[in-house]
Amino acid sequence: MTEAPERYVGGGVPRKEDPALVTGRANWTDNIKLPGMLHMSVLRSPFAHAKITHLDVSDALEQPGVVAAFTGNDLAELWKAPMPCAWPVTEDIKMPDHWPLAKDEANFMGDAVAVVIASDRYTAQDALEFIVVDYEPLEVVLNMEDALKEDAPLVHEDMGTNQSYVWPLETGDIEGAFEQADVVIKERYIQQRLIPNAIEPRAVVAYQEPANDGVTLYTATQVPHLVRMMLSLVTGVPDQKVRVVAPDVGGGFGSKLNFYVEEALATVIARKLGTPIKWVEDRSENYQATIHGRDQIQDIELAATSEGKILGLRVKLLADMGAYLQLVTPGIPVLGAFMYPGVYQFGAYSIEIKGVFTNKTPTDAYRGAGRPEAAYAIERIVDALARRLDMDPVEIRRKNFYEPFDEPTATPGGIQYDSLNLPMVLDRVLEMSDYEGLREEQKRRRDDNDPVQLGIGFSTYTEICGLAPSQVLASLRYGAPGWESSTVRMFGSGKVEVVTGTTPHGQGHVTSWSQIAADALGVTPDDVEVIHGDTATSPHGLDTYGSRSLPVGGVAVHLAANKVADKAKKIAAHMLEASEDDLEFEGGKFSVAGSPDQSVTIQDVAGAAFGGVNIPEDMEPGLTADYFYDPPNFVFPFGAHICVVEVDTETGKTRVRDYFAVDDCGPVINPIIVDGQVHGGIAQGIAQALYEEAVYDEDGMLITGSMVDYMIPGAPELPNYTLDRTVTPSPTNPMGVKGIGEAGTIGSPPAVINAVIDALEPLGVTSIDMPASPMRVWETIQAAQNGGDA
Amino acid sequence: MRKVSVKVNGRDFEHEVEPRMLLVHYLREVVNLTGTMVGCNTSNCGACTVLLDGESVKSCTMFAVQADGSEIVTVQGIAENGNWHPMQTAFHENHGLQCGYCTPGMIMASISLLKENPDPTEDEIREGLEGNYCRCTGYENIIKSVQQAAGQTS
Repeated sequence: MTEAPERYVGGGVPRKEDPALVTGRANWTDNIKLPGMLHMSVLRSPFAHAKITHLDVSDALEQPGVVAAFTGNDLAELWKAPMPCAWPVTEDIKMPDHWPLAKDEANFMGDAVAVVIASDRYTAQDALEFIVVDYEPLEVVLNMEDALKEDAPLVHEDMGTNQSYVWPLETGDIEGAFEQADVVIKERYIQQRLIPNAIEPRAVVAYQEPANDGVTLYTATQVPHLVRMMLSLVTGVPDQKVRVVAPDVGGGFGSKLNFYVEEALATVIARKLGTPIKWVEDRSENYQATIHGRDQIQDIELAATSEGKILGLRVKLLADMGAYLQLVTPGIPVLGAFMYPGVYQFGAYSIEIKGVFTNKTPTDAYRGAGRPEAAYAIERIVDALARRLDMDPVEIRRKNFYEPFDEPTATPGGIQYDSLNLPMVLDRVLEMSDYEGLREEQKRRRDDNDPVQLGIGFSTYTEICGLAPSQVLASLRYGAPGWESSTVRMFGSGKVEVVTGTTPHGQGHVTSWSQIAADALGVTPDDVEVIHGDTATSPHGLDTYGSRSLPVGGVAVHLAANKVADKAKKIAAHMLEASEDDLEFEGGKFSVAGSPDQSVTIQDVAGAAFGGVNIPEDMEPGLTADYFYDPPNFVFPFGAHICVVEVDTETGKTRVRDYFAVDDCGPVINPIIVDGQVHGGIAQGIAQALYEEAVYDEDGMLITGSMVDYMIPGAPELPNYTLDRTVTPSPTNPMGVKGIGEAGTIGSPPAVINAVIDALEPLGVTSIDMPASPMRVWETIQAAQNGGDA
Repeated sequence: MRKVSVKVNGRDFEHEVEPRMLLVHYLREVVNLTGTMVGCNTSNCGACTVLLDGESVKSCTMFAVQADGSEIVTVQGIAENGNWHPMQTAFHENHGLQCGYCTPGMIMASISLLKENPDPTEDEIREGLEGNYCRCTGYENIIKSVQQAAGQTS
């Protein structure tokens, strides 16, 4: 038996997930083969907006190997409800009906129109060519400002408007703040549309359970528990008969935090035909039919004194919903709304969000989901204020930071940050980066008229994560609670099973949760098995998104394991004929204080609990405990980032030379995993700042329709990351932990763009949009040199 | 249908396949070696990378029949007698993977890279892996993994 184990939380335990992944033995959804399984292919609208005047699948049905084909009308009676949106952010929000197959109108390029079911994927795909569709193209609307004009073409004629909702928030005396201001800065920032690009495309396998007439759905999702609820709603199969399994899932970044039409279609067709149905997305389908991210226009105004003290902030936001509301589409900008004030203390704030329909792929959560947009806007406008006042970006930030605090503190965003210490992280990142040295190098290059200029960009940020308090989420009209659940079971052998409601897809929960449980129970991580991602074995959970897994789900594991340890202690006291109060528990051993030879191991206790004999009278046998954890607040990681870029002013090419990041996510469970999350997060932020953009033509055709045309950064495009951490425990939860999955993506885009603008300042450049591609940088330089608006 | 005879991970296979069947689908669905992944269908992401007669190829942009007579090695064939290939160990020890979906292709491309250039600089590693996308790691730990496998670090 294991003896006297060390403490594992905080240590770089190598990941338990890796062996299957590095040897090619993982269980991806696309690996599943079942007897009788048929393949589904989806016919998608090639038009952004069109009436379907004629649709005939009969020729497709004639093709060898084709078993069935369905149109929207064929399946209409099988739906108990349209595709649900679970975050109707206002009472009067406009929510168009969204059926799994369009019935008479397609509203974006990629809208599903018909399906073919065939013996294999090649045959199913071929048969799509034999479906006859007559489309009558309708006027398209793609630009949000155009969409809100009175005579704009309507995405959904029956709604009479393209405006989905207006969501306002105002705190303090905003008019007064702007009247008092010595300086008002007004800017417009564009959050370009992004394609999430999890490297595993989506995939589903659905089959009917003969025993109970229920259904099992394997799906590459972040949210099997949410999918179970939604699938039950849409198909009418009662939820106790719906099993949803997320096997190994190859990345999500929010794009798999959803409920998609293909999940619904495969399920009802599997039931209708009585045979398993598989669908695997190809990449071009992924680009059209999986949600996109961002796509907002931010009009932002900052009021400040001539000394650089911020007085107020006013934001008008247009948020592109795309053609339909997916699972949490309308809520994404709302989540950001609380965070525009950032890490700066001032008195007045207002924001008005308009959700707008266009004939494009629906948007929804993409890594950061609303908060990268907010952090970008405030961090850019604070830099603009510094430029106006001829102050250093460090000085303007220090002037407006909150005094450090470690108890909940009210903010202009109308929420309570749990803890912040910006001066500490800023000091550390300045030291790490040799800020003075960088400014000297910059001056040299400027003096020498070096064609390659150096830019130094800052971002000091906090973010709201750990999506929980059920009561707060309900008050925001969010359609799910925010607790997380865990069950911890110790077998008679002393080995442990941890059931979690979180659903990892790269985050390493199996390793981290093993560390947490091992410490609570005095065993090693290898003694712990973590069960997740299957509603049959992990029935209670709300899954993985919004950097909630550790601060909600990991804490639930900790608390459930502590409950098991508490019961074990009672049994140990009984076995040792000692008082519980006299027992110490260390290194997996209960011993009587003062007489260390009187002891039992946790494994002895587990054996007794299993045997049911040597336990206190009236105690239930077994060592198992459940915990539903619903925290009192969100958590707020924070950090300071410095991006150093070299911009070739002759070609416009930007290279990130160095990236320094000091992040504070409270106590760390596994530093290897946390650093990895920060690396990947920063990489996705750099990707938005410099490389990526989903582009549509004027007819609503997605021009960046595959990885050939959409610029995903590879290894040559990205830098090494110089990281450090400070540790400010959150007062929100008993472990003091905060999320870290999105922090890098939230902190980095403004640091990169601020650096590009800083590099080009001598050329008169004061603003540039994302992505700062070589062409855009070059054009911006030319415009600034020619005296135009840059 | 056309006949294809290949050696995959040391075993001989012979099948009748449609001439248009992609090599990756042949490996995954006919030979049942599901360790090789499809990511993009356009030869950009490299998740499907395997070694064909010792050279790295993207198996999603090659027909199975083009591999006739060849020897193929996938991620499932690089461990020997249960001992991981040093590249597999290096990815594990350097946290060179998160979700792991790109990993089989990334490992095969890295093995090929070191075969061609046993002592690469960091820039050479970055350039050498430009045809393999990872969306999770930001690449730094992948670069470190390759450096370890090259014996440049311990």
